[in-house]
Amino acid sequence: MKKRVVITGMGVVCPAGANKHTSWKNILLGKSFVRKLDSDLYKNVPSKIAATLDGLEDLPGTVPKSKVRTMAPSTRLALIAAQEAVDDSKIFLSTVDKENIGVSVGVGMVDLEDVCQTAKALEISYSKVSPYFVPRILLNMAAGQISMAYGIQGPNHAVSTACATGAHAIGDGFRFIQYGQAKAMICGAAESCISPLSIASFCRIRALSTQNDKPELASRPFDVNRDGFVIGEGSAMIILEELEHAINRNAHIYAEVLGYGLSGDASHLTAPPENGQGALLAMTRAILDAKIDKKEITYVNAHATSTPVGDAIELTAIKRLFDEHCNNVHVSSTKGSHGHLLGSAGNLESIFTILACHEGIIPPTANLTNICKEAKNLICVSKGPIEWKQEKRIAIKNAFGFGGTNASLCFSNFIL
Amino acid sequence: MASLGKVLCGTFFTNTSLRVLRRYPMCASKRYLSQSKIVNNLNLQTCRVPVTVMRHYSVKPPMTIEQIKKRVLLVLQLYDKVNPDKLSLESHFINDLGLDSLDHVEVIMAIEDEFGFEIPDEDAEKLHKPKDIVQYVCDREDIYD
Repeated sequence: MKKRVVITGMGVVCPAGANKHTSWKNILLGKSFVRKLDSDLYKNVPSKIAATLDGLEDLPGTVPKSKVRTMAPSTRLALIAAQEAVDDSKIFLSTVDKENIGVSVGVGMVDLEDVCQTAKALEISYSKVSPYFVPRILLNMAAGQISMAYGIQGPNHAVSTACATGAHAIGDGFRFIQYGQAKAMICGAAESCISPLSIASFCRIRALSTQNDKPELASRPFDVNRDGFVIGEGSAMIILEELEHAINRNAHIYAEVLGYGLSGDASHLTAPPENGQGALLAMTRAILDAKIDKKEITYVNAHATSTPVGDAIELTAIKRLFDEHCNNVHVSSTKGSHGHLLGSAGNLESIFTILACHEGIIPPTANLTNICKEAKNLICVSKGPIEWKQEKRIAIKNAFGFGGTNASLCFSNFIL
Repeated sequence: MASLGKVLCGTFFTNTSLRVLRRYPMCASKRYLSQSKIVNNLNLQTCRVPVTVMRHYSVKPPMTIEQIKKRVLLVLQLYDKVNPDKLSLESHFINDLGLDSLDHVEVIMAIEDEFGFEIPDEDAEKLHKPKDIVQYVCDREDIYD
């Protein structure tokens, strides 16, 4: 018998806000947090905008200075978000078996600057290579550091599937609990790779927006004038817990994870197939896994990164999935506000999907003024948030990554 | 010794590219030397740097064991994972100061930067206490008391 899995805590550090509360408030307002990159280092790259973070030093749970150089910037963000999620769930305040609590945290990209600097250091001398280089560049170190921070010895899992990393991390954590391998999991991802090199490389595959004059309008999923994504950084963590475990310790339950579906495109390095078959398969499998009827779903939090090709194909897949039920399905993407956090996109937006289910408000897509024709028949949420007042609110969260990897998660508000 | 303070300023461990410049305690004077050479080449007729000044800057000041001890301890005090109150020449890096094997490598890197020579891995592995480092530097610099 599979166990039921619920969400009992969440933590966020993202361009829209340094905690869950502020970022959710800003997302509902539909503000954009994309800024111009002023530094001279970016003068030769076509895209000079990003959704960056600042003022990390003042945050609670910030890593002490002596430890900063032993970890990648993304790991640092992961620890901050994990701290907020743990505090939110109050999980370690009750007596819990720490051997049964695990971590499933991924990172999408390695810190390229660090690799370059270390390569330069090696040119000078072997002895200039830091002993912390390997611990900094391994992608599972965020998961390792979190387990060390709380002394939790359950499954320690790290996944890296490009922009689907966060969604896969949550899905895998969900499976571990379903099949009894853990009672609770800290799940999520972190990403911090805004550098001239990474921006240049994404520009070379024509993925980034070059609307440098109006940074706040550059990230605009589903809009006719979208021209690419805007790179962002941040981290988001959720605490997944077995239902009984959560009830026994009287935890506050935000929502329930119903299903998880995965698929591969088997098509192209960076572009999805035109009919959206991969996305369709992932969503269908998540619905099957959740054992619900697709007509019960009324909100899709799309992956929609604001690229001309990707958004249109995702809409095609959504329309193929829901067919005549389309008229009842709301679609939005919060990337208009916080940009594309790459590996940490799926988990961050999962949090906004969870909050939407929990509070009954669907967040809008920022900057969506002229809805593209592919969105016909669907309800695209633009301008402002809309109320979502049915008793059982079920949503799908999509995340797709380069290499043709797709993940879909199915969430609902918690009803015993 | 005047250069020591500079060598150990706040950002000591953070920036590898800066560290290159600090590798030799005398590097500031060396740079001065090379600059004056360039000036010399450009204005051969007018500008001459007295030979005595150049000789003065090209010589390493003699070190004593006491100085080496002080410099080793100062480097260690400034290493942010060492508690200065627990630090002495006899304290074991791992058992007494609570460092791990990775920190030990960083300590050795700092010592290399301070004294301007490299310590091979097989030698570094044997340096468990500040005392061992002092002895190693003395052997290397031919200093006997």
